[in-house]
Amino acid sequence: MSSSLTLLGWLLALLQALLYLALAPLLVGWVRLVKARLQGRRGPSPLQPYRDLRKLFNKDTRVAHTASPLFIIAPYLVLVATWLAAATVPLLALELPTAVIADLIVLAGLLALGRVFLALAGMDVGTAFGGFGASREMLVSALAEPAMLMAAFTLAMTAHSTNLSSVMATHLAEGLVVRPSYLFAFAALVLVAIAETGRLPVDNPATHLELTMTHEAMLLEYSGRHLALMEWAAQLKLLLYAVLIANVFVPWGIATTLTLGALLLALVAILTKLVLLGAALGLAETLFAKLRLFRVPNLLNLALLLGLLGLLSHVILEVGA
Amino acid sequence: MNMAELSLLQQSVVLLAALVLFLSFVLLAQARLVSAIHAFAWQGALIAAVTAVVALIQGAHHLYVSALLTLVLKALLIPWMLHRLVRRLALERHRETIARPALVASGAVALVIFSWWLVLPIIADKLGFTRNIIAVSLAVVLIGLLMMVSRAQAVAQVLGFMSMENGLFLAAVSATGGMPLVVELGVAFDVLVAMVLFGVFFLQISDSIDSLDVDRLNRLREADAAADPGVGGVADPDDGGATETGARDPNRTLGADVTVPASRSAGEARP
Repeated sequence: MSSSLTLLGWLLALLQALLYLALAPLLVGWVRLVKARLQGRRGPSPLQPYRDLRKLFNKDTRVAHTASPLFIIAPYLVLVATWLAAATVPLLALELPTAVIADLIVLAGLLALGRVFLALAGMDVGTAFGGFGASREMLVSALAEPAMLMAAFTLAMTAHSTNLSSVMATHLAEGLVVRPSYLFAFAALVLVAIAETGRLPVDNPATHLELTMTHEAMLLEYSGRHLALMEWAAQLKLLLYAVLIANVFVPWGIATTLTLGALLLALVAILTKLVLLGAALGLAETLFAKLRLFRVPNLLNLALLLGLLGLLSHVILEVGA
Repeated sequence: MNMAELSLLQQSVVLLAALVLFLSFVLLAQARLVSAIHAFAWQGALIAAVTAVVALIQGAHHLYVSALLTLVLKALLIPWMLHRLVRRLALERHRETIARPALVASGAVALVIFSWWLVLPIIADKLGFTRNIIAVSLAVVLIGLLMMVSRAQAVAQVLGFMSMENGLFLAAVSATGGMPLVVELGVAFDVLVAMVLFGVFFLQISDSIDSLDVDRLNRLREADAAADPGVGGVADPDDGGATETGARDPNRTLGADVTVPASRSAGEARP
């Protein structure tokens, strides 16, 4: 462990964090392209989210008269909290210093921090849309967080550690083992990820100005640079969950040694996984319709139940006496 | 027992058993009858798969027969019969309102923990890799029982009963490598006969009370008849007569209910 806390380790960790920032819009663009093709449209290029971000950064930033300073610092806080959370999830290599000093519970905490400021910013200006967006976001996340922690504990019990990089290392060392608890934890995490990143059965990411929106409702008052930061944070969150799911359940390919060859292989591996996962997300969003808001708790209860079953099946079926 | 020490086939048995448990939860929470029947059919298919894989691992040929029997009976025939029954009773679009779904689900989780605790001494004996599945099968039995208790719909109760039988069968396969074929055939026919009898009962129940909600069987028929048409039908034509009927036999349980509206309408009519 101590060998990883070197200068090289920190440099790689920084590189990995920057890679998260750089890749996040691409994943969103890829999902949109897949969706457009499946719906019979040509769709914009996958680079379109980058152009949108550039356009927003160049625009003037307007702030409502009623806004408090919190409204202005919230975008920066949300982006930084999400970015820090992303930095704790191993993207290319295990045992980087950022992954060693933070575990799954820190990850959940950082995401919660970002969410609190997002909701506060939504309520700050005092418009009705921002208020209901914030209340819905809190409803969803209050139900999703226990399910996420259940899934995290299931993983932690197998690896005897809540540290993500040890979880992945244990899984790598074991080889292919069909664990029922992993299957349940996977299903629970997928449901939580869908709810937390505001994807289709829970929230429609492609709609504005509808009474069904959740995430967009909180951003209605933002413009220019602030809006760009908020959007970027949301894209980063999607990438974070995608990498979490891909690298925890299918860790093969991730670099265990810090050599150039291993890192390049890891980059190719994670890009392949993300392409597949993004295509699956696009397909799922084409197939499913949006759930009514009052049905969302049922979906998240299912996620919690799956997480609990994962824990129980680990204790009952995998440990034994 | 360490999962990594098991072969891939043995791991898949454990995985299938966990999925059987999950389907028990799905069955418990499913409000639409047709979807619940599908979940039951999948549970039967998974149990047949467990039996077949156990037969493959242990080289027990008679288990193939019981796997086939389970598949035909639990995954195809009984779901088909239930489906036909639901169609005949025009319940395809029926959604049952489950009382306190979260409480029922947590009860089921508690039952899983309870059955694990109950089975701990058995697990301590060496029984081979399937010994951990006994707790799962006991949990499936108990959740089936919980489903019979918590549901008011007769078809849902039968599904709970049948899934209890699934759990018993899983216990037999996992603990002792299956029952003798004669016993298994006997049980299979019993289940089939029970299904036919249930079908007859359903038709009778729905003929007599126009619903399959068995909670309504608790109510007295006369009390129902007195409560519904008595108020509107008797009070309207003749006020004095209605008050008399209410006053004539005060021993009737719903006598008070009938008198109140009748006397009120009598009071309104007087001025």
